[in-house]
Amino acid sequence: METRIDRRFAALKSEGRAAFISFVMAGDPDHDTALKIIQGLPAAGADIIEIGMPFTDPMADGPAIQQAGLRALASGTTLRSTLELIRTFREGNDETPIVLMGYFNPVYSYGVDKFLKDAKEAGVDGLIIVDLPAEEDDELCLPAQAAGINFIRLATPTTDEKRLPAVLNNSSGFLYYVSIAGTTGAAAPKQSDVAMALRRIKAATDLPVAVGFGIRTGKQAADIAEIAEGAVVGTALVERIASANSNEEAVHSVLELASELSAGVQSVSK
Amino acid sequence: MTKVNTYRSGPDDTGHFGIYGGQFVAETLMPLILELNDAYEAAKKDPEFDAELKSLLKHYVGRESPLYFAERLTEHFGGAKIYLKREDLNHTGAHKINNCMGQILLARSMGKKRIIAETGAGQHGVATATVAARFGLPCTIYMGETDIERQKPNVFRMKLMGAEVIPVVSGSRTLKDAMNEALRDWVTNVEDTFYIIGTVAGPHPYPTLVRDFQNVIGEEVRRQITEAEGRLPDTLLACIGGGSNAMGLFHPFLDDEGIDLIGVEAAGHGLDTDKHAASLKGGRPGVLHGNRTYLLQDDDGQIIEAHSISAGLDYPGIGPEHAWLNDMGRVSYVSATDTEALDAFQLCCELEGIIPALESSHALAYLKTLAPDLPKDHIIVVNLSGRGDKDIFTVADALGVVI
Repeated sequence: METRIDRRFAALKSEGRAAFISFVMAGDPDHDTALKIIQGLPAAGADIIEIGMPFTDPMADGPAIQQAGLRALASGTTLRSTLELIRTFREGNDETPIVLMGYFNPVYSYGVDKFLKDAKEAGVDGLIIVDLPAEEDDELCLPAQAAGINFIRLATPTTDEKRLPAVLNNSSGFLYYVSIAGTTGAAAPKQSDVAMALRRIKAATDLPVAVGFGIRTGKQAADIAEIAEGAVVGTALVERIASANSNEEAVHSVLELASELSAGVQSVSK
Repeated sequence: MTKVNTYRSGPDDTGHFGIYGGQFVAETLMPLILELNDAYEAAKKDPEFDAELKSLLKHYVGRESPLYFAERLTEHFGGAKIYLKREDLNHTGAHKINNCMGQILLARSMGKKRIIAETGAGQHGVATATVAARFGLPCTIYMGETDIERQKPNVFRMKLMGAEVIPVVSGSRTLKDAMNEALRDWVTNVEDTFYIIGTVAGPHPYPTLVRDFQNVIGEEVRRQITEAEGRLPDTLLACIGGGSNAMGLFHPFLDDEGIDLIGVEAAGHGLDTDKHAASLKGGRPGVLHGNRTYLLQDDDGQIIEAHSISAGLDYPGIGPEHAWLNDMGRVSYVSATDTEALDAFQLCCELEGIIPALESSHALAYLKTLAPDLPKDHIIVVNLSGRGDKDIFTVADALGVVI
């Protein structure tokens, strides 16, 4: 099974550069504005788009993404409308991989089998579910792989030698290295610490490794592109939505930052 | 309904009670949770751990707590004989310290340097601040802003014992949000921090270890009632938020088939309104705070804010073992409204000279339904899980009294 994610990383490898992976929340600040942002991201240089599924109790997220989730819920976002958003995006784009990211309860409530069927049809390529560690693989990870959707696992600074095999087993698409123990929006760690952790991880897997947490500028994104196959940015983009005075400004401001970040990533040839 | 040989063997190796429980946490926490499980398994086999815990429970907490025959409540209802298990007489005024004492010893054995906890009514926060002071560890308590307002005495008690109390302003600003914030702290400070969870919920092994540390309640009741009456009780009654006091009372009796076990959820303004905290009666299975259990949630799987006059029951979930016992039919779960709890609170004050916690008042509230029609030789044990000094402002407010 080859997904859009696999194809994208293969293509980037032959181009000799890393991926810029952008995160925004579905329905933030509302459905139509979020759609415009997502539709604009590929042209702004996003190689992969992560879309947050809002949840009332995002216990691994910092204030910026918590607020994004609350704005999305207040605008009436549901898992159904999130899938609708992706269907609409896919009408104009069949290439850019889409990864849904969030917490398990909304998916469990929707029904795992129905969710996987609807997500596949809508054009979802991968899932990141923060509260499903390897111990809970039967819940969604294994059914997702069987349905042809990548299950992308998080590795963290606490993922030691003993733990790493459990994290890598049943991982697909790419591995997301959370570069600091903390919630989203935390400060960036030292580059040398990240590089050391990546050396250890890469010795154990052939999966592409993307790094997230703490990346806010094109320069920081470039630094990560030096040592990883992808740089993930969420909080900094989402904050642009929070500080915008209008929906038009939100679209413009997010895409402007996305362009800066992707330019940083693209400035590094591997 | 499946018949099992024992109700006391759970959880299974993966931390599940039937479909409930599990380990639904961020990867950052998994290595630590596995380490905690190992530390707990080792502690269970360590006679020194057991001896130290028993000694502290006796000399510091003041156990065993009395099993008191409530003569005037018994007369008032005119039916079954009512006993109160006096957890309100423990040091810090509730059952919460039984668990905190066990967990602080685990924290110490794991070499952790900092303690965090969430709290609703403040009883678990006070108990955590207490053991942290006793063992000289810095302590941070997360408490919803709404709860800080309605539990001022407990906030001050925590501060007196050196704890930092951080107001949580996200979501409904109550227990659920305090737990989110504590989890965020833990993810950030995972290397040196021990999270003392206050109820029989959270990722495995928390529901199990909290239960085991609270089982002392039921084990004492078995011994005490046998001394007093020459036999075991007929009915056990306890309030349920997350369910730790109820689990501690019930678990040692789960395999005594003839004994009725009744848990009382908080019905708030009523189960037919959207303001209650009865996750079993008004919720359905879902995943939150590390475990699968019954949750108050909307059609899209978003968590609904709970409501109860009692801050300690104001939580949209329930421990996973209770969820399983509910499905198995071993424990009956009923509910009491804010008003019924307030009435029972006053009745207990007036008839017994005991000010019960508003949480425990929910269990007392069910006596009027249960006790009058039962024969005089029927024995009910109610878990008086905490004392109500902390609730006097809330009660005064509800009664329209200015103090």
